[in-house]
Amino acid sequence: MVKKYDAIVIGAGHNGLTNGAYLAQAGLNVLMVEKNEYIGGATVSRELHKDWIYSNCSYVCSLLRPEVYRSLNLAKYGLQVVPFDGSVTIAESGDYFGHYIDHDVSRREMARHSQRDSDASVHFDRDIMRQCRFIRQFLLRTAPDPASFKPRDLFEMLHLGKEMFKLGEDVIYDMMRFYTMSIADYLDEYFENPLIKAAMAGSGIIGSAMGVMSPGTAYVLLHHAMGDVDGNMGAWGFARGGMGAIAKAMGGCFEDHGGEIVAGSGVDQIIVKNGKVTGVALDNGNEYYADVVVSNMTFPRTFLECMDEKDLEPEFIRKVRNFKIRGSSGKLNIALDGLPDFTALRGNKELMTSDIHLINSVERLERAYDDWKDGTWSQDPYIDLLIPTLTDPTMAPPGKHYMSVFVQYVPPKVHGKEWTDEQRDQFGETVMNQIEAYAPGFKDLVLHVEVRTPRELENETGLTEGNIFQGELTMDQLLFNRPIPGYAQYRGPLRGLYMCGSSNHPGGSVMAAPGANAAREILRDLRKPNTVPEGWLDD
Amino acid sequence: MRAITREFAPGFRVSSGAHLLHLFDGDIRKDLELDRHGLSEARSDLKTVALAADGQHLVIAGDSVSGGDISEQDKARLKEYRRFMSRFARVIGKMHNQVPPRIASGQRSDLFALTRLALKIRLLGKSDMREFLRIAGINIYDVLQESFDNELLKGALSLDGVLGNHLGPRSNNSVFSTLHRMSGNNTGGFALPKGGMGAVSDALAAAAQKLGVEIRTGCVVRQINMAGDRVSGVTLEGGEALSAATVISNADPKTTFLDLLGTRHIEAGFAQKIHHIRARGNAAKLHLALSDLPDFKGVAADQLGERLVIAPDMDYVERAFNHAKYGEYSPAPVAEITIPSIHDPALAPAGQHVLSAVVQYAPLELKQGWGEAKAAFTNKVMDLLGRYAPDIRQKTLKAEVLTPQDIENEFRMTGGHWHHGEMTLDHFLMLRPVPGAAQYATPVNGLFLCGAGAHPGGGVMGSAGRNAATVVLNHPAASNGPNNGGGK
Repeated sequence: MVKKYDAIVIGAGHNGLTNGAYLAQAGLNVLMVEKNEYIGGATVSRELHKDWIYSNCSYVCSLLRPEVYRSLNLAKYGLQVVPFDGSVTIAESGDYFGHYIDHDVSRREMARHSQRDSDASVHFDRDIMRQCRFIRQFLLRTAPDPASFKPRDLFEMLHLGKEMFKLGEDVIYDMMRFYTMSIADYLDEYFENPLIKAAMAGSGIIGSAMGVMSPGTAYVLLHHAMGDVDGNMGAWGFARGGMGAIAKAMGGCFEDHGGEIVAGSGVDQIIVKNGKVTGVALDNGNEYYADVVVSNMTFPRTFLECMDEKDLEPEFIRKVRNFKIRGSSGKLNIALDGLPDFTALRGNKELMTSDIHLINSVERLERAYDDWKDGTWSQDPYIDLLIPTLTDPTMAPPGKHYMSVFVQYVPPKVHGKEWTDEQRDQFGETVMNQIEAYAPGFKDLVLHVEVRTPRELENETGLTEGNIFQGELTMDQLLFNRPIPGYAQYRGPLRGLYMCGSSNHPGGSVMAAPGANAAREILRDLRKPNTVPEGWLDD
Repeated sequence: MRAITREFAPGFRVSSGAHLLHLFDGDIRKDLELDRHGLSEARSDLKTVALAADGQHLVIAGDSVSGGDISEQDKARLKEYRRFMSRFARVIGKMHNQVPPRIASGQRSDLFALTRLALKIRLLGKSDMREFLRIAGINIYDVLQESFDNELLKGALSLDGVLGNHLGPRSNNSVFSTLHRMSGNNTGGFALPKGGMGAVSDALAAAAQKLGVEIRTGCVVRQINMAGDRVSGVTLEGGEALSAATVISNADPKTTFLDLLGTRHIEAGFAQKIHHIRARGNAAKLHLALSDLPDFKGVAADQLGERLVIAPDMDYVERAFNHAKYGEYSPAPVAEITIPSIHDPALAPAGQHVLSAVVQYAPLELKQGWGEAKAAFTNKVMDLLGRYAPDIRQKTLKAEVLTPQDIENEFRMTGGHWHHGEMTLDHFLMLRPVPGAAQYATPVNGLFLCGAGAHPGGGVMGSAGRNAATVVLNHPAASNGPNNGGGK
């Protein structure tokens, strides 16, 4: 006999877990299916080298919505977020630019490079903060459809407009420019020092398939500024025990409310019977049934790999094919025998614990992108590395360390062809040599390395083309355009089919907002009491 | 952009700035009776010939394309592409004849104008509206990639998105700049005015003089004079002072406020906005005096007079742009070529011809400086043309290249930029040239803008001048512009 569930969630990543947890909280009988043996998707801690815990995909926590953290009671299920201090950008020259949580210290450090920039930073921070405060209120809201005449959409459009008008004329103009300019041009309006500009420009291209000089990169900065840890806006933290701790806590909440998880076999097909979904068939042959199926997979994976073309409109399929989800980043996870010695940071314990960037000019960043456009990984890559074990010793044996190295740019394919293992290792070498140049002797400390190109990332997590945001964050794929116009309210083209992944508004990063928003829409359709926080609870 | 015709070699005359007329406002042409004042096309509706090194070129005429190995599918897709692109271009075109509304100004008229704009977009209908909102902010590379297979076709179409701007096909905003280029309300497509672009200026001048306007040439303005808190006139290089209660500047905003007026007369926040206007030109002009028609491989004689473009594929164009980002000229540039003397023999001695080309990318500031580089760049350009027309060097009597720097010096146009400032979303409508001066009136009492730096930008449209005129007439006192300063 087959048991029928109220809802089946495909993919136990942080959004799937969030979605399932809210549905379970509302009293639904929810099944979560996960292709890997473990839950978390890209929000995961893994022991790939004995006694070392890697956050081997996502690696820091800041954007996780506090409303979700609270309403799912994640603390109770064991999640601790430990803030870490600022960031540092190291130049080839050996000089560095540190950014500290303490505002005054930061300004003094800036003044060391440029008094003018130090003064400008006051205006810069204010302007960015304004944009953050504006955008944050729309993260936990379903985007209105501007092409619809439904009262709800009209009302939401009106609300959006009202909130914007509240900003006042000058700020609105700044916003219009902020969303259409390149991060390089935007920074030029405030700063003069190349190192300071390089330090800030990096935030505009993380995970994106654009260069710092591409218009539309300025606002990506928000993804690094709008988060918070314990209410400190812009602060960053580590999940104690690695990012997997977040998934674990969400899973705990989910199961605590009666949710079931079946891990170890992926979805082969989403079953459709006369125009509505009725369940899923797994690779291992098992079938599960429910009137509601929620996909946390990427937009293309859901419809091109797990559904039958004949169940979908050709025009819809064409649009899915055109969805932009190009991978651009890679990752190295490294087990270290001891602490690497960054020449520039000698005797600077504080900055060692921070987010370390190896870059010193906007031009180098842009040239790294040119390599990606030509279909190869950057020969002079942008590196963003962290040593979490300095903040959270539980991830490696005493005295040893774990280093997380995020790298840009890395193409999903090399000159249009699949990655080979040789190429992957060459890419790894490129990165290792780069780090060695800033921290002599680094290579001798290396005990184990996991090198991940977009290929590895896709194979493990199912992120199409290894795009970490489940789809690029460009104007054509934001707000009511995400993933595509007309389907930006978490409902698929078939009855009972929903989407809760980062392919949907408000997009990627471990934010859990898409999962939460999708749950709200589902409960709305099922006429169940809403368990999902809406809008803007803090600030 | 500059609409003039000048002699660059004995007997050879060429439009030394813009060389095609395609955006000029048809209503202005009627209102001012420019045709009666001598404006006429030597040829309109130029086709576009996308040159291929192997001679397998494509001919694009409106929404139909032929030649090369173009597929039936791409032919059909071009019709659809032109359909929605020109619909969207019309939405933008509708805004050309209006003073940009302000947002949240609290004035009913602005709110009304914004609502009208929203309505125009709404009236595209559900699916077109969605498509418009989807692509308006992105890059032409992705849109063409979605639509076509043929590389040559995509290359040629992408060129329209990058000409005159600091953009590559992959740069977001290039869809918008493409739409802007298609947004004119004149029906003639790409046209060559008889007598070159100078004929447009001559006709306008004649019309103005007939209406009693006094035109003085050869007198450079040294500064805009202030009397208390308002303008009182201008002083010429010669030292002669002309007084007037209203001064309307057709110079670019940076020249107007930073050179002619001086920042001491404007509020700091506003001055900063002016400083931030991005106006770094990338487009060089090439002028060739030719002893005879060059032989472009595979191009029939009757096609030579069309608009010839060199943009073999989008990645080629993007790579050409890469160099501009770092202050280098493109070793393999892109080009838009015309041979106007074919349609207008008067431009060259009998039997001989002039070639006029826009060549990108040649950034305003070259890392090594333009000094010797200019000769080297000219060589690269001749090599490029040589690849498509092997005999062009032999037939060249004189070659002249104007880099953005030359253009800046010769025409006193900041950055030598076509549009007096990037034609991008952050420099459009109520943001052009900057908030606070986007309604033609400026924070300086009595001072107005009417040039390409103002809405709706460059491209020999005339619209900015006409819109500015309506504003000036509507507040003769010209005390405080509609938006006072916009500074913080």
